Amino acid sequence: MYNSLRPAVARPLTRRRLLVTAAGAAIGAGLGFPAFGQDTIKVGILHSLSGTMAISETTLKDVMLMLIEEQNKKGGLLGKKLEAVVVDPASNWPLFAEKARELITKDKVSAVFGCWTSVSRKSVLPVFKELNSILFYPVQYEGEESERNVFYTGAAPNQQAIPAVDYLMSKDGGEAKRWVLAGTDYVYPRTTNKILEAYLKQKGVADADIMINYTPFGHSDWQTIVSDIKRFGSAGKKTAVVSTINGDANVPFYKELGNQGVKATDIPVVAFSVGEEELAGLDTKPLLGHLAAWNYFQSIKSPINDTFIKTWQTYTKNPKRVTNDPMEAHVVGFEMWVKAVQKVGTIDPDKVIDALPGIEAPNLTGGISKMLPNHHITKPVFIGEVRADGQFDVVWKTDGLVPGDAWSDYLPGSKDLEADWVTLKCGNYNKVTRTCGGA
Amino acid sequence: MRAYCHRLLALAAVFLVILFTATATRADPYEDALAHFLADNFNSTIEGINGVASSGHPLAEKVVGALQSGRLLFSAEQKRIFYRDRDDGDNLYDALTGTSAAAPPGDLSPVRLNNRVRGIIEGVIGSLTLLSPDPAKRLAAAQAVFKSRDATALPTLEQAIAKETNSRIKRALIEARATVILFLDSTSEADKTAAVATIRERGDQDAIGVLRGLPAGAPPDVKRLAADAIVAIERSLAIWDTLQNAWYGISLGSVLLLAAIGLAITFGVMGVINMAHGEMVMLGAYTTYVVQEIIRARYPGLFDYSLFIAIPLAFLVSGLVGILVERCIIQFLYGRPLETLLATWGLSLILQQAVRTAFGPTNKDVGTPSWMSGSFDLGHIAITYNRLSIVVFTLLVFVLLLGLLRFTRLGLEMRAVTQNRAMAASMGIRTGSIDALTFGLGSGIAGIAGVALSQIDNVSPNLGQGYIIDSFMVVVFGGVGNLWGTLVGALTLGIANKFLEPVAGAVLAKIAILVLIILFIQKRPRGLFALKGRAVEA
Repeated sequence: MYNSLRPAVARPLTRRRLLVTAAGAAIGAGLGFPAFGQDTIKVGILHSLSGTMAISETTLKDVMLMLIEEQNKKGGLLGKKLEAVVVDPASNWPLFAEKARELITKDKVSAVFGCWTSVSRKSVLPVFKELNSILFYPVQYEGEESERNVFYTGAAPNQQAIPAVDYLMSKDGGEAKRWVLAGTDYVYPRTTNKILEAYLKQKGVADADIMINYTPFGHSDWQTIVSDIKRFGSAGKKTAVVSTINGDANVPFYKELGNQGVKATDIPVVAFSVGEEELAGLDTKPLLGHLAAWNYFQSIKSPINDTFIKTWQTYTKNPKRVTNDPMEAHVVGFEMWVKAVQKVGTIDPDKVIDALPGIEAPNLTGGISKMLPNHHITKPVFIGEVRADGQFDVVWKTDGLVPGDAWSDYLPGSKDLEADWVTLKCGNYNKVTRTCGGA
Repeated sequence: MRAYCHRLLALAAVFLVILFTATATRADPYEDALAHFLADNFNSTIEGINGVASSGHPLAEKVVGALQSGRLLFSAEQKRIFYRDRDDGDNLYDALTGTSAAAPPGDLSPVRLNNRVRGIIEGVIGSLTLLSPDPAKRLAAAQAVFKSRDATALPTLEQAIAKETNSRIKRALIEARATVILFLDSTSEADKTAAVATIRERGDQDAIGVLRGLPAGAPPDVKRLAADAIVAIERSLAIWDTLQNAWYGISLGSVLLLAAIGLAITFGVMGVINMAHGEMVMLGAYTTYVVQEIIRARYPGLFDYSLFIAIPLAFLVSGLVGILVERCIIQFLYGRPLETLLATWGLSLILQQAVRTAFGPTNKDVGTPSWMSGSFDLGHIAITYNRLSIVVFTLLVFVLLLGLLRFTRLGLEMRAVTQNRAMAASMGIRTGSIDALTFGLGSGIAGIAGVALSQIDNVSPNLGQGYIIDSFMVVVFGGVGNLWGTLVGALTLGIANKFLEPVAGAVLAKIAILVLIILFIQKRPRGLFALKGRAVEA
């Protein structure tokens, strides 16, 4: 009897699981949210509320609901109330596309705020192009993309990864000479590391001084890798780790670093995916002094940030609830969308898309961010050090705002490309061949 | 001549004036150094640290120590520096005079640090505490100087080496002196040669680090010796590396075993495909979280024992859920594996979402008791206490379970029921309740595994998903229905994985293991330790 079972155990797991989660999500989505009245402007929220990404994305759904509620208190938009339509794509990439289609065709939303992983963004892209709608994407990502229907309010690599490496190379950052690029094995870390590798080599770092390491999602046994990093770091040159390790796997990684006695003063780790929200769920002792690069930290003092934190904690009825970088991206993105709609006086997607470049909105760290013709925004870059209370101390920041660059200047295929949706009307214009359509 | 005299007098006068003003403004190098902490700027803070350290002031060690732990405070308004004394209930003292600060100003804020400043502080404290009466401090100081290579510490080092009686600390001091000598241009070649020998004897990664990083100006002979030493150390470390990998393999294997051992009972012994097994592990981890929350809130002194309290509770929680599941769902599905698979799968989703609703989607912070933090060195292998505890704990659970099945009445009845249900029933064994108890036992052990896994993995609703496939792999590979097979299977997979990982990378290693298992199952469908006899046909 067991014989016949064994193959059944190993193989159909994933496909069945997908089906079951899909069914569960469909039920969840059907519940929807109560409408304000007949004449409303609908805003779609496409964030996973179940599955592995729920840990990060649930917060973004909450912040969107809060922003919409605040906007309605101010009288709504174009004299109408805003109405949130929440769907749950359940951390399931194909389901993202299905849910996006549902939001646009069935619910007729005027814009969608959503997605976290690059895979989910890539899966909804064709839907937004086909149905000509608007997506605001709030998470730092690998760049190498600019679509007419998408507005990228998170950081491009030149707004997070490159400044972080510059910091580590500076005197204050410890003048690192040897680099470990550690990441989870998927598109964002792979592309970011490719850009960083090219950048480091351009800065004169030898091949032998760069170690690249990938681990599966949710990797929990870091013993070998941490001792590899230790060994790599004992070559007599200052070593730094640039971590694109995703969410969950970070906790055991930092624990192992702490247990094997790797201190931030010896080998600092700068992370691109560890924020306040992630730190809230873990013992910060082994992380003290390690770094994170973001465009926003909760600990940054500014009147607008103080107000935002207070509103958020009142809204969630939790005085300890933290804020983080992708939340700020949604705040800025939502404000920009509202201003663009007010400017053109309609929710017609073509008009709003054309109106968005050039729109300015205050970011939460005291500056004014601007939507650029390449659909990315200008952002300040901060390096923060982990504090015992799970917040960050800003130890470095850029002088002004850094404009987001869709196509990296350090990759051979993309340095000739330019995205400009205002004059060139093209997301991948080749400056050498003077054609639209990539390399 | 006279004019010359006048000129000389004038010069002397100028010199005196300069001297006077200098002493007037720079009344005290210590006070001057303290003022640097007011700037709230990292470069200035570093100047302050170096100034305080070189002032020789009796408060220097206290001030730098306070700075290291964030207890050095400054008032920008009053331009004064204060420190909180850890040995004295965090009372506030004036850093200039060392007297208790009666009326502290309102705008106190800590002097900020970054990694560069922290590194410098470590070196400075090392140099300052080389002669400390506390042996632990002396050892830490020697290790800090080994890293900082602070040339000014050399005289103190000589003094400390002469005085030291503890052989381990003496060794560390001599190694520290060797690095200082190697990185100082003014030392003789003979000294440097001796220093290379000392470092070579140390023989670890840090030693290689020192030898690789030799300054470019070092004498060629010393460089050659260093290169030889690096080769020798690397050769000996290669052997240690193999041992280290073996240890990592055992440690990974014990985690796999712990996760799989409950499944070895429910799937291996009972033949139930329990897809909710991972969720039983997760329930155990959440029980640990709840126990720790209660301890933190009510009895903070008990925190180091929290895991011991959590173990029986996790066993009970997961075990009871297991019995409930068996009575309500699985007992109706015996002999229908596909339905069992689907039903338990649905159950796993329900349990996950239930926990997500009750505790929220974010990870929960399960603390590590102090006795499980850190590591010790066995030769050149670093063994972390948390992994060691898990290995020991797993073996303990394994032995207990084996004993339970072998020597107790319950175990006997379990084996009887699984081997021949009809016969067992006719001998008067209530097979229904034995089924429930066996399933409860398997689930309870999964709960215990959750307590241990909460120490090395995230406590989130998805915790169990990461282990379910690995657990099935171990049980199937080891041979269904055999606990020893599970043990050998888990350790083999763990060790194979850890030897593949440095070569192929973590992602490929995992794929390779999966491919190997598939090939192995083709060859030996019943796994490593196949059951023989009539039981198999049942």
